[in-house]
Amino acid sequence: MSASPASPTRVAAPLPKRGGVGLKADHVEQILAQRPDLGFFEIHAENYMGDGGPAHRRLEAIRALYPLSLHGVGLSIGSPRPLDRDHLKRLAALAERYEPGLFSEHLAWSSHDQGFLNDLLPLPYTGETLATVCDHIDETQEALGRRMLLENPSTYLLFAESTISETDFLAEIARRTGCGLLLDVNNVVVCATNHGFDAIAYLDAFPLRHVGEIHLAGYAEAEDDSGRPLLIDAHDSPVRDGVWALYAETIRRLGPTPTLIEWDNDAPAWPVLLAEARRAELAMARALALPRGKELRHAV
Amino acid sequence: MPFESTIDVFARALSDPARPVPPQTLGREGRPDARRFAVYRNNVAVGLIGAIEARYPVTRRLVGDDFFRAMAGAYVAQEKPRSPVLIHYGAGFPDFVARFEPARAIAYLPDVARLENAWVEAYHATEAPALTIAALGEIDPGDYDGLRFSPHPAARLLRFSHPAGSIWAAHQEAGEARPPEAWRAEDALVARPEADVLVRILPPGGYQFARALFAGATLAEAAEAPALEGFDPGSHVVGLVEAGAIETIR
Repeated sequence: MSASPASPTRVAAPLPKRGGVGLKADHVEQILAQRPDLGFFEIHAENYMGDGGPAHRRLEAIRALYPLSLHGVGLSIGSPRPLDRDHLKRLAALAERYEPGLFSEHLAWSSHDQGFLNDLLPLPYTGETLATVCDHIDETQEALGRRMLLENPSTYLLFAESTISETDFLAEIARRTGCGLLLDVNNVVVCATNHGFDAIAYLDAFPLRHVGEIHLAGYAEAEDDSGRPLLIDAHDSPVRDGVWALYAETIRRLGPTPTLIEWDNDAPAWPVLLAEARRAELAMARALALPRGKELRHAV
Repeated sequence: MPFESTIDVFARALSDPARPVPPQTLGREGRPDARRFAVYRNNVAVGLIGAIEARYPVTRRLVGDDFFRAMAGAYVAQEKPRSPVLIHYGAGFPDFVARFEPARAIAYLPDVARLENAWVEAYHATEAPALTIAALGEIDPGDYDGLRFSPHPAARLLRFSHPAGSIWAAHQEAGEARPPEAWRAEDALVARPEADVLVRILPPGGYQFARALFAGATLAEAAEAPALEGFDPGSHVVGLVEAGAIETIR
């Protein structure tokens, strides 16, 4: 299948440094009728791996009008097991068909002997796991013929054997493989609370020059065994104030960056989701208008 | 602990609540934390149950949310997806429902679930132009007997022991569903020639006829398949073509 015949009817592929949202089937009719001014749409690749049907028809219609970001949730890059070659082929076919501006996946694993576990599961950060993840990213970038972005995870526990910090781990992956990074600001806030570190210190240590996209989302609140707050990356609610503040700080350091609102569960009506993306664009503009040196500093 | 072993222990503990929280995982107290690990256990179960709920909405309505969640929970505990493409996950659920002891009293439930699974398969099936009535009209009637019809990739034929087609249809709108007018075994055709999936309850003989045609029989051969007095293959062919269930003719 050649991608070129479809190209003239499509908008340019690269993601603009603007706000975007996750594409929901229920919103497509309204989007096509209203054609709102929006930076891009992001899709979960696995939802478009059927052979045909309405999902592809909707996506073709959206892709004709908007840049697209392809976000994988099932490749299991952080697994000790070899990558699923069939899945890589499916990803490559989707990337060829829809010409997304970028492809991203997670620093996590999701498949094991029992099958696909449908969650982004954590891994220890060691020299051994670093080498495995880098091999998997090399293989993915080779299969797709493009650079990918790797996303920092939300985690609820740590591993005793970890010897490398998450930010060093991500920086070394980017250095060895040439991949870019997707900075999920909500995940930073979630992890900072869950593991008791300072989110600004994480940002200080994060290799920002590799960041090609930002994710923002809402979290849910629980408690761990010791009664400490435990934040859960739920994608089921508006972005929280603390996440907006860290986002503004990130943009001040990073400059304008494509920013996605992730609201996949209990997704709101289309106008609500669009308003959240507009809020991200406004926050980006405001952050860039503030003179440098007014950055948030470490909590004292 | 080597990477492989760490992930192995983690994965086993995820799927088996009787296993302890993996000892190499740490919460804020520097030791395993059950509530933290439970977030992952819960994510796996809720995500997969959600996929089954989305695939079988009428089955769910028929038994109620709580019963369905328990039944889907039992299914996902023993049957994990074989691929990350969840749109294919849950095709084995109707067979599971048929074996699920607490659902035995609702004898028609597996049939309704089979129809819902066929609906999802048709929804995601390969695109192909369906044969039109106009194209059928161009055929010389003298050639009818030797015609062969290949099914459209989305077309599915289903044989039920219960009126599953009528039950399914009655649950497509919100509000109280009317019971089927006649309690009889039904056969159904599911097709998706364009964007919309359609479900047709087949008239007597229609299932055997279409099944023979889809298997490669000529029109004359397929007309014998139902072994029905007065069976009119012409009206059945038109019905199949109108539903978009035929791709090509030769």
